[in-house]
Amino acid sequence: MASASVLSPIEAAPPSGVAAAAPLPDVLPPVKPKKGFIGFVRRNPTMAFGAALLLLMVLVAIFAPLLGTVDPTALAPAKRTREPSALYWFGTDMLGRDVYSRVLYGARVSLIVGFSVAILASVAGMAIGMVSGYVRLLDSVIMRVMDGLMSIPPILLAIALMALTRGSVQNVIIAITIAEIPRVSRLVRGVVLSLREQPYVEAAVAAGTRTPAIILRHILPNTLAPITVQATYICAAAMITEAILSFIGAGTPPIIPSWGNIMAEGRALWQVKPYIVFFPAVFLSITVLAVNLLGDGLRDALDPRMAKRL
Amino acid sequence: MSAALLDVTDLKKHYPLKGGLLGGTTGYVYAVDGVSFQIARAETLSLVGESGCGKSTVGKAVLRLFDITSGQVVLDGKRIDDLSTGALRAVRRRVQVVFQDPFSSLNPRMRVRDILAEPIRNFGLAKDGRDLEARVAALMDKVRLPRDAVNRWPHEFSGGQRQRIGIARALAAEPDLIVCDEAVSALDVSVKAQIVNLLQDLQQELGLALLFISHDLAIVEHMTHRVAVMYLGKIVEVAPKRSLFAAPKHPYTEALLSAVPVPMPGKARERILLKGDVPSPINPPKGCRFHTRCPYAFDRCRAEEPRLNHVATALDPGHVAACHLHDLPAAENPLAVAKGAALVAA
Repeated sequence: MASASVLSPIEAAPPSGVAAAAPLPDVLPPVKPKKGFIGFVRRNPTMAFGAALLLLMVLVAIFAPLLGTVDPTALAPAKRTREPSALYWFGTDMLGRDVYSRVLYGARVSLIVGFSVAILASVAGMAIGMVSGYVRLLDSVIMRVMDGLMSIPPILLAIALMALTRGSVQNVIIAITIAEIPRVSRLVRGVVLSLREQPYVEAAVAAGTRTPAIILRHILPNTLAPITVQATYICAAAMITEAILSFIGAGTPPIIPSWGNIMAEGRALWQVKPYIVFFPAVFLSITVLAVNLLGDGLRDALDPRMAKRL
Repeated sequence: MSAALLDVTDLKKHYPLKGGLLGGTTGYVYAVDGVSFQIARAETLSLVGESGCGKSTVGKAVLRLFDITSGQVVLDGKRIDDLSTGALRAVRRRVQVVFQDPFSSLNPRMRVRDILAEPIRNFGLAKDGRDLEARVAALMDKVRLPRDAVNRWPHEFSGGQRQRIGIARALAAEPDLIVCDEAVSALDVSVKAQIVNLLQDLQQELGLALLFISHDLAIVEHMTHRVAVMYLGKIVEVAPKRSLFAAPKHPYTEALLSAVPVPMPGKARERILLKGDVPSPINPPKGCRFHTRCPYAFDRCRAEEPRLNHVATALDPGHVAACHLHDLPAAENPLAVAKGAALVAA
């Protein structure tokens, strides 16, 4: 042993008859965290799986025209309600339209609505929440308005808003966004209220930072993590709400194929031709699941204290 | 003391208690209730007391992190408690803060460089980008952190290192006074000693005044010039360190000092155990606030609130205490004998 020379004479030469203890084995070899993509997937399997599923769905929506689809609105009365086959993978509906093509194009509506609502509701909720959390005079007024909005179930609020306008994807997005804003505002307000008591914010005040800079530099960046997580849940909720609105005929106009519309049209034939409802429903479920998994993974990664697993 | 850097007079901070159906004010928390003290340039004044006595509120009032209820805070001859937001910004540079928790006192989303540059930019202290870099580097040198650590994030540092960054941020504004709000309480003993020594070195080097808020009397004894003892929103005793530790002139201080462990095996000092809890600051006791727990309390203590007066029997003329015992004849005053001094001599 090279280190023996450093030891005191007594330790270096044990008295005869006393056996020197064998060096202890390394019980805990150092854990080498894998780096790069593989390491990320290993550490966040939920998020990776959700993200992969969602990415797949986005690619399907973008490249729908290249995936062996036909015009999703082309009518073919002669080929109504065909069962799924090699020619019509998901069958045809009561007007002879190809369900496979309609489901793939329908992904576009769902994803656009989901992402748009998530982004718009987050941005608007953030602005409202910031004002509410920082301007105490406006806080009670804003929060009472939000309470009022929250007392109406979001789906009912969206239906009511849609009843005021014409059905279009744009209006669906606006209606669902308005219904989702109160929840985001509450969340942001709560985070802002706790952040503004943080010592680093007080130190920044003492260091002469002006209020707008405090909000931009110290408050806003620290609200992004919880908002991002919330945005994914809003995205999932918005896709479901869109499908419900379309299903009851209050959402996307019937001419545009959306999963809700396809299901609504297939509803009459549910007992005899269940596949018309089945395929869009599966796609909707998978997409919502993907977004929720992504959200759970993000939450665990961004705030380990909130992680459910040990 | 006209040359005082900071002169606080009769500072009060009452927090309204909201309650009831209409959210009306149902009472007040008398967090700080008439506190006066001065700090000279390059002096350390320690503010000690148990938790909840209003120490930190005093510190935040000096920093003007909120509006005070009444009283005056005068910095270098200029009143700062009634300044408007704009006028206040110019004064803010002169009073900076170091907080207790090194983990929440640095913004996790800012690099060290940006944390240190923020006050420099705010107060326009740097001439150009180069000067800014040089100042940041100089700050890192001052707190003995490697210069190349400026590109790191706060979470990459240990507690002691973070506290150094916090001190560097406070120094960045080139202040005259730093409020250290329990600045070393969250650190372990060896790191604590390093930070205390760093603060002392910086004080000598830069002529800083420190308002050192702490509950740790051993640290206070090591680094302070004067000590102010707070109990339930009031200062009960102010004295130069030597005089206070040798001969406390308030029963509360005496009890506090008796709780400091003696670093000598087998040599325990006589502990004075206070009975009961600290009364609520919502409804503080009448008369002397300490009378509910004071071992020497008599009738006058329950009726009349004592004022901070010079104590004739004290070792130092600057020693003031708020206690009726000192109006009694010396023979009847249990605090007249310098018990602490006897202990030190023994």
